[in-house]
Amino acid sequence: MKVLVLIKSVPAVAGRITLTPDGRAIDTKHLGFAIGPHEECAVEEAVRIVEAHGGEAVVATLGPSQALEQLRDALALGIARAIHLVTDGEEWDAGSTAAALVDAIRADEAESGPFDAILLGNEAGDSGGYQVAVRVGRALGRPTVTGVKGLSLDGGTARCEQESEGGRDVYELRLPAVIAVLEGINLPRFPSVPGRLRAKSKPVATSQPSRPAQGLEMLRLVVPQGAAKQAEVLGRGPEAAPAVVAVLDSLGVL
Amino acid sequence: MATVLVHVATAAGTADEISLQALTFARGLAAGGDVHALVVGDEAAAATLGTWGATRVHVANHPSLGAPAPDARARILGDLADRLGADAVVGPGTESGNTILARCAARAGLPFAANCTAVSLGSPTTLTRLRWGGSLLEEAALHAGRAILTVAAHAVAATETGGSAAVEAFTPDLDEADLAVRVVDRVAAAAGGVSLADAKVVVSGGRGVGSESGFAPIEELAGLLGAAVGCSRAVTISGWRSHTDQVGQTGTKIAPNLYIACGISGATQHMAGAKGAKKILAINKDSEAPIMAAADYVVIGDLHAIVPAISAEIRRVRGA
Ligand SMILES: Cc1cc2nc3c(=O)[nH]c(=O)nc-3n(C[C@H](O)[C@H](O)[C@H](O)COP(=O)(O)OP(=O)(O)OC[C@H]3O[C@@H](n4cnc5c(N)ncnc54)[C@H](O)[C@@H]3O)c2cc1C
Ligand SMILES: Nc1ncnc2c1ncn2[C@@H]1O[C@H](COP(=O)(O)O)[C@@H](O)[C@H]1O
Repeated sequence: MKVLVLIKSVPAVAGRITLTPDGRAIDTKHLGFAIGPHEECAVEEAVRIVEAHGGEAVVATLGPSQALEQLRDALALGIARAIHLVTDGEEWDAGSTAAALVDAIRADEAESGPFDAILLGNEAGDSGGYQVAVRVGRALGRPTVTGVKGLSLDGGTARCEQESEGGRDVYELRLPAVIAVLEGINLPRFPSVPGRLRAKSKPVATSQPSRPAQGLEMLRLVVPQGAAKQAEVLGRGPEAAPAVVAVLDSLGVL
Repeated sequence: MATVLVHVATAAGTADEISLQALTFARGLAAGGDVHALVVGDEAAAATLGTWGATRVHVANHPSLGAPAPDARARILGDLADRLGADAVVGPGTESGNTILARCAARAGLPFAANCTAVSLGSPTTLTRLRWGGSLLEEAALHAGRAILTVAAHAVAATETGGSAAVEAFTPDLDEADLAVRVVDRVAAAAGGVSLADAKVVVSGGRGVGSESGFAPIEELAGLLGAAVGCSRAVTISGWRSHTDQVGQTGTKIAPNLYIACGISGATQHMAGAKGAKKILAINKDSEAPIMAAADYVVIGDLHAIVPAISAEIRRVRGA
């Protein structure tokens, strides 16, 4: 099997989001970068498919030079090689991202043969566009399922499970297919030290696509103002228990 | 005035709540123009949509549409939008709504904006949409002759107009290719305990719980309160609990009357799942943890001492 996994490098925000002065990006001066949880699961799934069936797993991203770090993380987990579409840091909308990825996929397939499966996260951790998978699938003429929480490949088909009211819906796709997964489909492994060392010498092919006009043009970002709350301190340590129980009582949940 | 087409998801005669919200939102977009609703198969649900503000309801009937088939839905929606000359095509900001509207946009070669909270149609259309599961808002311009978008869940409340709508059934054109992606089987899930999404009280543990077995006191407190147990992502990726317990952007969105968060720092992605909680009680040893700013009540200290003390006090009070 040949599997491609698509990942996006996003700021590892934690406590509170701070924006750059122009309001067009998250201030990452004090932040690292990561990929979203869905994509970590997509990487894990790609590695497992190759462990089970043999073949090659490839990772690709469109993003600024620092996204190389996230590609190396994936390589450390057992992905064989990477494709980096390097941008100048300006944001690309999901439509133009998908188009550039499709060009890169076509070029890679012309050289190294087709991918049986292309795995993605269900939605990007930051922009949450909910569309790169179906755009890639549409452009390549391949069946696409999103929201996948269970996946098994055999012979020429992919069995994909989606959570639904009261159970799971099952799709059967003929390969090659495009599959967007949700966190929970598996429990991703952590990289090993030898894995990290091997990742350093794995090949990363780079190119610089040019950014087309944006169909969905981000103008600015806004941190929503939550209701300013002043928490009531019920106490310190176990001595606070009676005060807590009084609150539970007053809220009617006791 | 604009012509707006809304994809309404239904189940067994009832329109889904988020779709009704999208219909209410669409009335604002139409600004007095026609609000068309598309329903697949479900005549009974279609008949109810006039009271929710649809001015015309289209029911697509086709022998192959018994099982969900997102590409088929996208094709039907797109063809109908062409026939009506729709200025905007709108769907609910749910998993299936997002995939259907995204597919509709991909077929038309148009941009798509997921999870919008405000939209003003024009050239360009300007809108506000959710990022980071709602922890950040994006203001954007949508450059397209037809705006294709979903409305974020709970961006508006669904309101009735008490109107009525003509309901028209039609048989859509579909090819084999539109049906290649469809549900071929359904597996029933084993019935669980209190569902996290619907629980009135949720007691969650984070990295501060320290281990899988560290959850025993959390379970005990949850048991006493008839609460569901939740957790943070730090817990699920450590393998201490299953992902079905995870609260957050990539986990479950909860809306309890009370959320008790123990040893959880309050990362934006965690809080994105807890925004619906009416009250939050944080138990944390760090008085500077971000969750303190989101909480209504806090107890500062070691959860391993505090949580059992709360359970003991509940037993004492109830025994008295
Ligand atoms: C795209 C994306 C999506 C994400 N989605 C989610 C999601 O859905 N859900 C989610 O939870 N996270 C999510 N995350 C991860 C999130 O950013 C945080 O890493 C995670 O929520 C941290 O979990 P935590 O609060 O348990 O751990 P930490 O941040 O490590 O906090 C532990 C807390 O426990 C306290 N503590 C430690 N020991 C004790 C003790 N003995 N008694 C009392 N307090 C103690 C500490 O003071 C600290 O505040 C996501 C991240 C990304 C990038
Ligand atoms: N810049 C990117 N580079 C590579 N893959 C991406 C990029 N943006 C999005 N993706 C993939 O597409 C998925 C869905 O993204 P989106 O449709 O933007 O929410 C993500 O989870 C990634 O797997």
